[in-house]
Amino acid sequence: MDAFSLDLLRDIASGIFFVVGCGFMLVGAFGMVRLPDVWSRLHAAGVVDTVGAELILLGMAVQAGLTQATLKLALIGLFLFVTSPTATHAVANASFIAGIRPTRLRRNETADVLGDKARAEAKS
Amino acid sequence: MIMFLAVAAALFVAILLVLIRLFAGPTVYDRVLAVNTFGTLTVLFLSLVGFIGERPDFLDIAILYALINFVSTIAILKFFRYRALGQATLNTEES
Amino acid sequence: MTKAVGLLIALFALWLALSGYFKPFLLTLGILSCLFTVYLAHRMKLLDDEAVPLQLRPALLLYWGWLGGQIFKSAVAVSRIILSRDMAISQNLVAVPCPPKTEMGHVIFANSITLTPGTITVEAANGKFLVQSLTDDGANPEGFAEMGRRVAQIEGQVK
Repeated sequence: MDAFSLDLLRDIASGIFFVVGCGFMLVGAFGMVRLPDVWSRLHAAGVVDTVGAELILLGMAVQAGLTQATLKLALIGLFLFVTSPTATHAVANASFIAGIRPTRLRRNETADVLGDKARAEAKS
Repeated sequence: MIMFLAVAAALFVAILLVLIRLFAGPTVYDRVLAVNTFGTLTVLFLSLVGFIGERPDFLDIAILYALINFVSTIAILKFFRYRALGQATLNTEES
Repeated sequence: MTKAVGLLIALFALWLALSGYFKPFLLTLGILSCLFTVYLAHRMKLLDDEAVPLQLRPALLLYWGWLGGQIFKSAVAVSRIILSRDMAISQNLVAVPCPPKTEMGHVIFANSITLTPGTITVEAANGKFLVQSLTDDGANPEGFAEMGRRVAQIEGQVK
């Protein structure tokens, strides 16, 4: 009886993680299709990469219990946690250097960071 | 078990949505981004397959895929910036 | 020397997590391969603050917890924008000052900004970051200042 209720509790906990994670993942993937330009799509990909993926991994870890599988899931989570911002930054920086600028740009302080070179480019 | 299958179905839908962006993306950066997200979803899918089939070995494949996915994204971006993979990057000064 | 021992322990922990076998023969092989890797890292002069960040304070784990909360909050905000009918995006490119002093602190700060959905670090120059944000809310300086202060606390001192 006790083992049964423990199993139930574990199923409920991982179920919550799965539902929330899948929700964020689907919304992010939908945003990849819906948002207007590269810069806004980067944020949708960020939602999938961080919250969606980590919550689903967490749900699987709860389901696996204290086994080697949980360690490996934690490793996958750590790798995603470290590599996904770097990959996102690489895409953003590459499109920035290629001259793609966000649509509906409200405030642009590029010159403050890059200095005179960017100011000269903005003038020409 | 039914829970894992439901998550796999959601992953499938998300992968389809990302694939739409992969084929429709106007610029190469849209496509690279879509490939990167596709890779993340594949990592999740591989770990799920390990749970559904009760074969934990798939987690090792998922770890490898996560690392290869990162390296390939950086490699593709480097190629489209410098049009070469073998040369040293141009923007680093002599250090 | 501390760095070498730290790297050895980290590598062996990774080896154990991935293999899961505790037979003496395999354990010996694992320790030998870890020692060889540490020797190679020493020869390549990789044993510095960057490869073995022992100077970071243990408060890093607490920071990750706080960062997780921030990520969740901004993920909800971004999801709301994606699902809203008119998608009220107004993108900004803002300059953000960087409080952390060390290179490791800069990396953690920039990656934290990128990890939170809604803001992305695009470029770093002259001690500032160029940050792209999806909405006007994401570009407010107080959020960045708070995050920078927390990163400056955990980065520690470089000897």
